[in-house]
Amino acid sequence: MADREFDVVVVGAGPAGLTAACRAAECGKHVAMLDDNPLPGGQIWRGASKEAAAWMRRAERLGVEWMAGARVFDAPEPQRLAVETFEGECRIGYRSLILATGARERFLPFPGWTLPNVMGAGGLQALAKSGLPIAGKRVVIAGSGPLLLAVARYMKTHAADVRLIAEQASQGAVTRFALRCPPRKLLQAIGLRAGLVGIPYRTGCWPVSAQGKDRLESVTLRCGDRTWTEACDCLACGFGLIPNLELAELLGCRLSQSGVDVDEFQETSEAGIFAAGEATGIGGLELSLVEGEIAGCAAGGNTDGAKALFGARSSHQRFAKALEEAFALRAELRDLPRPETFVCRCEDVTFERVRACSNWREAKLHTRCGMGPCQGRICGGAVEFLLGWRVESVRPPVLPARVGSMSR
Amino acid sequence: MPDSVRLTVNGTGVEVPAGAMVSTAVALADVSAYRRSVSGEPRGPLCGMGICFECRVTIDGRAHCRSCQVVCRPGMEVRTDG
Repeated sequence: MADREFDVVVVGAGPAGLTAACRAAECGKHVAMLDDNPLPGGQIWRGASKEAAAWMRRAERLGVEWMAGARVFDAPEPQRLAVETFEGECRIGYRSLILATGARERFLPFPGWTLPNVMGAGGLQALAKSGLPIAGKRVVIAGSGPLLLAVARYMKTHAADVRLIAEQASQGAVTRFALRCPPRKLLQAIGLRAGLVGIPYRTGCWPVSAQGKDRLESVTLRCGDRTWTEACDCLACGFGLIPNLELAELLGCRLSQSGVDVDEFQETSEAGIFAAGEATGIGGLELSLVEGEIAGCAAGGNTDGAKALFGARSSHQRFAKALEEAFALRAELRDLPRPETFVCRCEDVTFERVRACSNWREAKLHTRCGMGPCQGRICGGAVEFLLGWRVESVRPPVLPARVGSMSR
Repeated sequence: MPDSVRLTVNGTGVEVPAGAMVSTAVALADVSAYRRSVSGEPRGPLCGMGICFECRVTIDGRAHCRSCQVVCRPGMEVRTDG
């Protein structure tokens, strides 16, 4: 594949990436937008989303070049990315870069979590949107956050038999969150709940183990002092979201507690590199859209356009804060894995072995935890919570790449 | 564009809706293990978005393809570990 040069390159085609690409192109810049996924829209607009399609039409009218199925695996020199697609490899040059790499689910290990058909909450929804048949399937949805409700609604609409929604946060925390929500968000949530009549929503409830031979057959849950087992075909379980930071780290961008550290123009500690959306901290759709717009304006040189959006961003940031506080993970979840439970699914490393190390680096060196194909993307979020470790140390390739792609 | 696509999973023919991912074809073939872990456990998709690499399969002879990120094409030959 031929190497290319652009004024602005946007990595990620979810809400933040789409708005960033459009805003930068409106400033007259030659813009490329790439994404690992075959379709634009990111995770929230996965599948045949009207919103994503509308933004894509706008991006295409503005001359944004869209590269699907393109994964950035290295940044071999300043202002250049190494990119691999199904067809081959190329280098993409930029003057400004916007990181809109989004978020993934946080998974916590418990006995049985590696069984087939134990999936993420967003994971099951993504797979269902990709065609996985769910009609008639008995589904238990567990973990934490408003995503559980959205997933339950999707499953119910598509004729799945949703048995239970298990939210680990307490009823008090969920109620306080509802009271702090802006009216529009609250109405959205009430609408979601109304669509879920007949499905139990239990707060202070979480899975403690999953059982099955070659695939999931049942899940055991705890709620207060009560423990019981539900037969099911699918367990959709995600404990909130964590930002995708690997590329930002590789580029040397400073991180904050919540994600990529950015200034008011969404610019990172590295000049000319911007970040927007969930990568800068989990904040939801509206915050991602406005951050993308600000980053796109700033990267395109439209400072006034960016400033005009600062007010909107602040109000969405307040919602993000409320979300984070309400769905903070309870300490009991640290007791979920047994000594023999695998924490690292790529290398099958048990909790016992990981816990015996004193930090992430030592665990990687001594146990191979985090050294498999996912490179710690799954176990990293778990040990961060379970052991309080800082999980870092990326190195290229940040995603597995073919030898031929790395040999130039 | 046709409404469905035919491909094979471990040699068995499967028909999926157009636009479906390879992960769907494997599920429809009723395969329990997309891959076997290093200690031999059956594994299937977890994240659904190309992060976890649990759903990887061999597509047309190319190993380690994430089945949740690849759109089914007519005549594709998919192989799993289980």
